[in-house]
Amino acid sequence: MATEGLHENETLASLKSEAESLKGKLEEERAKLRDVELHQVAERVEALGQFVMKTRRTLKGHGNKVLCMDWCKDKRRIVSSSQDGKVIVWDSFTTNKEHAVTMPCTWVMACAYAPSGCAIACGGLDNKCSVYPLTFDKNENMAAKKKSVAMHTNYLSACSFTNSDMQILTASGDGTCALWDVESGQLLQSFHGHGADVLCLDLAPSETGNTFVSGGCDKKAMVWDMRSGQCVQAFETHESDINSVRYYPSGDAFASGSDDATCRLYDLRADREVAIYSKESIIFGASSVDFSLSGRLLFAGYNDYTINVWDVLKGSRVSILFGHENRVSTLRVSPDGTAFCSGSWDHTLRVWA
Amino acid sequence: MAQGSGDQRAVGVADPEESSPNMIIYGKIEDIITKMQDDKTGGVPIRTVKSFLSKIPSVVTGTDIVQWLMKNLSIEDPVEAIHLGSLIAAQGYIFPISDHVLTMKDDGTFYRFQAPYFWPSNCWEPENTDYAIYLCKRTMQNKARLELADYEAENLARLQRAFARKWEFIFMQAEAQVKIDRKKDKTERKILDSQERAFWDVHRPVPGCVNTTEMDIRKCRRLKNPQKVKKSVYGVTEESQAQSPVHVLSQPIRKTTKEDIRKQITFLNAQIDRHCLKMSKVAESLIAYTEQYMEYDPLITPAEPSNPWISDDVALWDIEMSKEPSQQRVKRWGFSFDEILKDQVGRDQFLRFLESEFSSENLRFWLAVQDLKKQPLQDVAKRVEEIWQEFLAPGAPSAINLDSHSYEITSQNVKDGGRYTFEDAQEHIYKLMKSDSYARFLRSNAYQDLLLAKKKVWLL
Repeated sequence: MATEGLHENETLASLKSEAESLKGKLEEERAKLRDVELHQVAERVEALGQFVMKTRRTLKGHGNKVLCMDWCKDKRRIVSSSQDGKVIVWDSFTTNKEHAVTMPCTWVMACAYAPSGCAIACGGLDNKCSVYPLTFDKNENMAAKKKSVAMHTNYLSACSFTNSDMQILTASGDGTCALWDVESGQLLQSFHGHGADVLCLDLAPSETGNTFVSGGCDKKAMVWDMRSGQCVQAFETHESDINSVRYYPSGDAFASGSDDATCRLYDLRADREVAIYSKESIIFGASSVDFSLSGRLLFAGYNDYTINVWDVLKGSRVSILFGHENRVSTLRVSPDGTAFCSGSWDHTLRVWA
Repeated sequence: MAQGSGDQRAVGVADPEESSPNMIIYGKIEDIITKMQDDKTGGVPIRTVKSFLSKIPSVVTGTDIVQWLMKNLSIEDPVEAIHLGSLIAAQGYIFPISDHVLTMKDDGTFYRFQAPYFWPSNCWEPENTDYAIYLCKRTMQNKARLELADYEAENLARLQRAFARKWEFIFMQAEAQVKIDRKKDKTERKILDSQERAFWDVHRPVPGCVNTTEMDIRKCRRLKNPQKVKKSVYGVTEESQAQSPVHVLSQPIRKTTKEDIRKQITFLNAQIDRHCLKMSKVAESLIAYTEQYMEYDPLITPAEPSNPWISDDVALWDIEMSKEPSQQRVKRWGFSFDEILKDQVGRDQFLRFLESEFSSENLRFWLAVQDLKKQPLQDVAKRVEEIWQEFLAPGAPSAINLDSHSYEITSQNVKDGGRYTFEDAQEHIYKLMKSDSYARFLRSNAYQDLLLAKKKVWLL
């Protein structure tokens, strides 16, 4: 390579020590900005009242562990996928199943609803992300119009449409994320940087933004520029796999849920972790997180079958929700914030409000 | 791009045994269990209880466990402590002495601690041969308390069919185990028998109970002994030991290269140069945002007329679909420029306003570029050309006003015709609208009347 000649005198060791000293300097710089803690400033905020949140709908129909779910923009339909390869589209308001398709693989770990509401995407152990148009024609077999879009070299862990039916963002066990053109299946951009499986991603909510955040088994959360494929910010404070990442509604921060049994809030402007949500009695990993509409509440599903509701500003737990009989594997707040849905290894989904 | 910490080991291979998610849980539970049994530091009272004809050694009540958990893990609600206790039992660290179902009750039910030999952290994946030996051995013992439960009897029958050819071997192993067991002290046997049964309750749970040994397939790669042969509970070695079918390919080991570190250095330098906000500013901003939106958050401020999920009435959604926005919704358009752009009705009202001022080309350009980014790859070039012709080319019908620098960049980009051709121009126009037209719209009669509910929306 051309660069080798220029830097012959640099050894791996000298480069590493340079990197270490830069890390030290970065920490020093960031520490200067830590004049106060979020929960301290939030002491003046009025405490939330008593929370009574219940299961309002239970969706039964999957024959095995529910692994993923996503809401349709119409605020009531959802798509869910499970270990036995089934992907189901429900009108969760009526609990009716509207579509079902069986994937050729087991462990369908990712599914997403298209913004138009006319298609869904899913994938898992097949290492692919496929798009299925939703048809109401009883004679048409949903699987017939299946389109294979993404190809990874390991399992698909997450997928999301961008603000259009025409592009999909994927995350994979192969350590990369990728952006695809749905029509042609062409790879538009790939994102390299994670040192292990990428488990989750979330697109920034901005109208003009082109960024997304991903989390992985390397304990890192990384923010990416979709145009250039470059990582623009990275956060490494978790002590184990990051299973879920979700942006705070303003897009200035994001939350993460990890196998270290904590959820954390990272602010992009401060470029650091600004809150930890944990308790001595919570020892099982958090599998999925999402914010309420205002960002005041953080709902987190855990591997101990419960959902903990956190006061994002004050850092305290507001409520614990029991109901699922096995791990909570997926959780999303509905598009208008009127409810949230959780999916579990107990084969069911629950809508809470 | 940031890599992991600058240690010498290859990327992606930290100490796999320590960092696997399951081992983290086991470690935490083992800490709790160890403290619970430590009578020097306020552990639970483990006693021998006198029952009708005999003694029950080494037990503790559910209530004592629940109390201990509440006190030592700062749990306020007993329901939570019971739930945690049940999970610790389901994982296999503690068990009710008279039930196969591993759960915790806040009463006088007796529990015993599992022997470290049987702890899940030893990564047991017992084969069916071991289970067969166990069930077979149970049938050789004449005690009533060791009688097989229905589901165990069914399991045994199935295994007898499956292992028909080597049943003699299994029978012999079972006999050998019975001999070993008989040599032990009576009390010790009671305890060991119960612990062994509890082990099998974890690995071959009662039908309908959660099998806590099930793994998340994404985390399987980091299991201990991924390639080695599974060990037997009863020390049985066979010619044809199966490899664990669960383990997927091991992590590819990629050494950190000089290029990786150079990239990391570039990344770190960029981060150091980044202008960051102080925590106090960030905290104020997060609080301000949340406080502004709390009245719109249906899970905090009850929605009007009602939350459809709670009332089973979709009135709220019907209202939102209508073209008549509520005052609350109109107020929200004033929170930020993005808010009005996000809301279809708000966007339309803003467009109407701009049309009345003969300056709608900016918004139309912005919308066109948003639309461009949503196009399939094959349509992008065409759309780029259309947008250029409509808004930017000399003599364009809806000419937008760009500074010469932006115009220069954009006309260069158009030659390549990609999806991000107009990014620079769009950002420019966005800022212009935000500081100029949007601000005037909010002050306008059109908006104010809507806000004060004096007038209905302009129909397009």
